[in-house]
Amino acid sequence: MNKEKALIAYVTRMGDNAIIMAQRLSEWVGHGPELEEEMAMGNFALDYVGQSRMYFSYAGELEGKGRSEDDICFLRDGWDYGNVLLLEQPNGDYGETIARLVLFETFYSLQLGALVTSPAKKLAEIAARAIKESTYHLRHAGHWLIRLGDGTDESHRRVQDAIDRLWTYTGELFEADQVDQIMQSDWEAPDLTDLRGHWHRQIDELLAKATLQKPDDGWMDSGGKNGHHSEHLGYILAEMQSLQRTYPGANW
Amino acid sequence: MYTQGLDQKQKKSVADPGDSPERLAAFQARIDADEKIEPKDWMPSAYRKTLIRQMSQHAHSEIVGMLPEGNWISRAPTLRRKAILLAKVQDEAGHGLYIYGGTETLGVSRDDLVADLLSGKAKYSSIFNYPTVTWADVGAIGWLVDGAAIMNQIPLCRCSYGPYSRAMIRVCKEESFHQRQGYEIMLELCRGTDEQKRMAQDALNRWWWPSLMMFGPSDKTSEHSAQSMAWKIKRFSNDELRQKYVDATVPQADYLGLRMPDEKLVFDEKTGHYEFGEIDWQEFFEVLKGNGKCNRERLEARNRAHDEGRWVREAARAYAEKQAAKDAA
Repeated sequence: MNKEKALIAYVTRMGDNAIIMAQRLSEWVGHGPELEEEMAMGNFALDYVGQSRMYFSYAGELEGKGRSEDDICFLRDGWDYGNVLLLEQPNGDYGETIARLVLFETFYSLQLGALVTSPAKKLAEIAARAIKESTYHLRHAGHWLIRLGDGTDESHRRVQDAIDRLWTYTGELFEADQVDQIMQSDWEAPDLTDLRGHWHRQIDELLAKATLQKPDDGWMDSGGKNGHHSEHLGYILAEMQSLQRTYPGANW
Repeated sequence: MYTQGLDQKQKKSVADPGDSPERLAAFQARIDADEKIEPKDWMPSAYRKTLIRQMSQHAHSEIVGMLPEGNWISRAPTLRRKAILLAKVQDEAGHGLYIYGGTETLGVSRDDLVADLLSGKAKYSSIFNYPTVTWADVGAIGWLVDGAAIMNQIPLCRCSYGPYSRAMIRVCKEESFHQRQGYEIMLELCRGTDEQKRMAQDALNRWWWPSLMMFGPSDKTSEHSAQSMAWKIKRFSNDELRQKYVDATVPQADYLGLRMPDEKLVFDEKTGHYEFGEIDWQEFFEVLKGNGKCNRERLEARNRAHDEGRWVREAARAYAEKQAAKDAA
């Protein structure tokens, strides 16, 4: 794989993470525990849709085959989607959604922080913009994790269960494959082993504040980055892509 | 505005003993002089009650109104459309919050208002009890439902109650953007394939009559307009506003190349207005009573969100109390 191909794959994966997260978060619109929280989740979803558009457009440009952001988003099947498994898991209760946000946004903020100096100029620009949003999401979700962890017995139990359940999907965030290796050597993308250390320190600190226990690293599920997904992704794509698939070539 | 049921349900208000003839006259004089009434000003109890009903019903409608459009966020056909729709639904949540805030200035709490919505005691606009079954419905809601809402809300920008009037000025700006995006969706569909045109026509067929009902019953049967007019809460009658809406909307349908589902619709050269067919008031009253396609689902959705979110709100409260106790120590 040459460095150009690696960049396309990497940028597409980032777009995949963003759009799958957006789909999940937007499920809260109209159904949240509090109006203000529905708005927060909707706003985060909107940020992620915006980011996915930037990543997909950039990937389309790099590829040079005339594919638009929508072609990339709506006309690929699951095996070509490279989002991490963590993001396609169902929302669960509000605590689980918050737990997922914390686990992912902590990773994503660190990833973006490293990418802002990448020589892939456009990727650096997108990262500079996305990191502002991600920092804000993380602050919001982090506060909620603390409130739920240190709230009532029920909320503590629920959010601890959520962290335990989702933990198995966190290993994949730091698994470097060929794309990550080339990105690191040629485009100054982060070293995922280093990043893992930072992630653990931040998560430890937040879990302590939330009076929550860190689960042991047991068996870690993975494969999403290479298109090996759980059963959930198929439904997300079927729903999201339904109009584009039913009415091929139509303008909307 | 989404207060089409307002004219029916209100019981005859009993005059408050504090509402002396002198005070009422002085209040009316302020209204007649186009002064704004502010939260701390004295106001007749019936004025307060009317506003609480109207404003809370408006806020509830914004919140329930998120559901039919929210139904299409996950399936929006392009990323651009998805972003616009998400932003629009977010605006509605914001309007709801803002208007609940305005209603609270009248001495009621948002929690109590929401409890009335969830129990079915309070009303919201019946238009949101119709289903969104195709993507074109998202366009039709923006074009027609928001179009009708704007027609109602523009006069409310001059409403005598300051907080409501100011809320409406802000809301109207966003609503006009919503209406434009809805019309743009319709335009794109009407320029598209035969199937897309069919989708657009089908949505118009289903939304046109309910959108006319949004203005409330005909002036002949509407009971409470006169007092609201005198108080400058209402500036135009239901039928006047409905006529304005028809006159503005029919040419827009023509431009799209769509057919209005009304065989009696005709332009009257003499009056300069469109004449239109009889509204099915039976359907209107049925939906108002709870017998619409989505009445049950909409309320169930809001109740489920409320019930399933209880532990989250309790946790937030418990945490805040713990923090307050720590700070005090």
